[in-house]
Amino acid sequence: MIKLLENLDRRWIFLAMALCVSVPILVIGLTGVTFPETPTPLAEAFFAEVDRAGEANGRQANVLIALDYDPASAGELSPMSASLVNQCAQRGHRMYFISLWPVGPQMIDDSIQKVIKRFYPELVYGKDYVNLGFKAGSEQVIKVMGVDLTAEFRTDVEGTMLSEIPMMEGITSLEDFDLIAEISAGYPGSKEWVLYAATQYDIPLVSGMTGVQAPQNYPYYPTQMQGLLGAIKGAAEYEFIVNAYVRENIVRKMLVKNGIDDETSRTLASDLDQIPTWTTTAAAASMTPQAKADLIDAATGATPGEFLEGQRRMGPQLFAHLLMVLLIILGNVIFFAQRRRGGSA
Amino acid sequence: MSSSVSEPMTSAQRAIWAIVCLVIVLIVVARSFVGHGMGRVYVEPKPMDFVAEVSESADGESASTVDWKQLPPTEFAAYVAANPGTETISWVEYDQVPPRSYFAQETAGGGPIVFSWPRTIGLWLAAFFTLAIFSFLYRDNPFYKFAESVVVGVSAGYWMVVGFWDTIVPNLLQRLLPAFSKEYLTPGMELPAGGFDMVNLVFLIPLVLGLMLVCRLLPKCGWMSLWPLAFIVGTMAGLRMVSYIESDILVQTKETVIPLYVQGDNTSSTFMLVWTTIWSSLAQILLVIGVLACLVYFFFSVEHKGAVGKTARVGIWYLMITFGAAFGFTVMGRIALLAARVEFLFDDWMWLIDPMQQREFITASVGLLF
Repeated sequence: MIKLLENLDRRWIFLAMALCVSVPILVIGLTGVTFPETPTPLAEAFFAEVDRAGEANGRQANVLIALDYDPASAGELSPMSASLVNQCAQRGHRMYFISLWPVGPQMIDDSIQKVIKRFYPELVYGKDYVNLGFKAGSEQVIKVMGVDLTAEFRTDVEGTMLSEIPMMEGITSLEDFDLIAEISAGYPGSKEWVLYAATQYDIPLVSGMTGVQAPQNYPYYPTQMQGLLGAIKGAAEYEFIVNAYVRENIVRKMLVKNGIDDETSRTLASDLDQIPTWTTTAAAASMTPQAKADLIDAATGATPGEFLEGQRRMGPQLFAHLLMVLLIILGNVIFFAQRRRGGSA
Repeated sequence: MSSSVSEPMTSAQRAIWAIVCLVIVLIVVARSFVGHGMGRVYVEPKPMDFVAEVSESADGESASTVDWKQLPPTEFAAYVAANPGTETISWVEYDQVPPRSYFAQETAGGGPIVFSWPRTIGLWLAAFFTLAIFSFLYRDNPFYKFAESVVVGVSAGYWMVVGFWDTIVPNLLQRLLPAFSKEYLTPGMELPAGGFDMVNLVFLIPLVLGLMLVCRLLPKCGWMSLWPLAFIVGTMAGLRMVSYIESDILVQTKETVIPLYVQGDNTSSTFMLVWTTIWSSLAQILLVIGVLACLVYFFFSVEHKGAVGKTARVGIWYLMITFGAAFGFTVMGRIALLAARVEFLFDDWMWLIDPMQQREFITASVGLLF
């Protein structure tokens, strides 16, 4: 057996890895069942910081969303972007998209199409969100934005002058933003935003990043970075929290719209499982049958696939990691067996 | 384990790999003929019709301004019929729609949604390149070499175009040659109100430095590129030094000087209070020990013997744990990227799964099971 493992062709390991990734994707894709997520304090802090943005200033929050990644990292980072935009849109924040990566505008466009256009068609470009596009210059762009934003961004991505965009009124520098939300795949990315924006101007910063970057950025949490999402695991946790929040918020708004008082709406929305039963009680008598059906659907219906990307990818993660652990153990067994035989290890 | 990719395989191994490849090809071929097939993209055409609205200047002397107003197709036709001489611009945009919409349209008896050849070819090319890159795992081959060369070539070309339009045009040409830029490069730009601003002549400096940098390509003038390189290195060092000192040294040092005892915040029970107090305090103590031990490890002016050696050893343990965490995160990241590509193949290309509900789920499932 040891002899067989010693001479095992590496391509069998590749095939095993391919199966460990492919089979869970097929099973999850066909059944729609994902593994349960327990959010860590880091993901909760990320969510809480986005949630309370603007509260200190008592206004609708201005959130600068920097999507600094390209398609090569989209598998890890696009679930974070989708959930971030979902939370901001649901919370009613104003979103200012920028990118310091040349392919970033496509990532911004992807997030806008996937989330805003599809799930929040009522949001108006230029009033609720704006795409400022890509600017070359890496950290120098951040540095200049700290002093004079219009020096770097004179137009939006479509070429419209910033002076003609309503939501740009009063935005002159980084200090006019209540929060910087950064999704980063490398340089320029999280570190540059910490160095030249968060630390220098004391602006709240939350960042989602690739797994490779995460260990280097942990020291910044929580003083210089108030929330951190590391790799697909962080994305899945954040996705889980945001999905629960969005569903609760939608149900609460529907209840209020149907004349249910605010306190009862909050109580009901915090425990969605009781909604189907509640609609049969006298308390829900004022609602039409259609409104009840819509409410039950909102409370118990399936979450759109766009907001389960991170959680779906945790299935292949589990089996691929198990394989990795198994391979490390096997490698060590072979190593010690060879050493015991006196062979070259 | 075998480490050489070119190591010869036994005939049995070759046979197994041939079967694996054959199974994959059979699934693709069979999938193409089951249900609605696979790997197709549908689009909905959206006419974009604009008419020119000319407004005269208030004083009647300055040039009139032209605003382009978008009209819905029906209104556009009526407007053009009513105003024959009006200047118009029209084009068609194609929005990608889920195949489900196309199937529904066909069932209903027709509609505007059409099959898109260019996007379908793009999808199949993406699948081909994905598989071509994966094929390297078996062994180096012409498909992989071709895909690799295309990626490198396209990336270089893309960077060059982006560099020209996002850096050279707005940061240099628009400032030094505004009229030329407006005429030939960026017609939407606003010309400076008071004519050419002489302050912009300062941009001749980066132009000269840029040209000197390109001299690196000329064997006799290569030395000239050292000056702009020195400028870049010096500027970056100066720019980063202040921020690094503030962010990575001062704030991080401040965050390390912390109380070792932390009162727990979970007051639900005495046990939980004690437990969280112990846990929080332990985290602080380990943090301080880790920082000091790692610093000692990197302090090479004293020989690592005795107490110093033991402390340095603790530092090594901390470093190893850090590297282990970094390795784990890297593996996680790479697997996520692999999963994303496999999802693309199964979902967008082969239509085996349908997590975004873009097609008819039953059809996809049947496609998998045949």
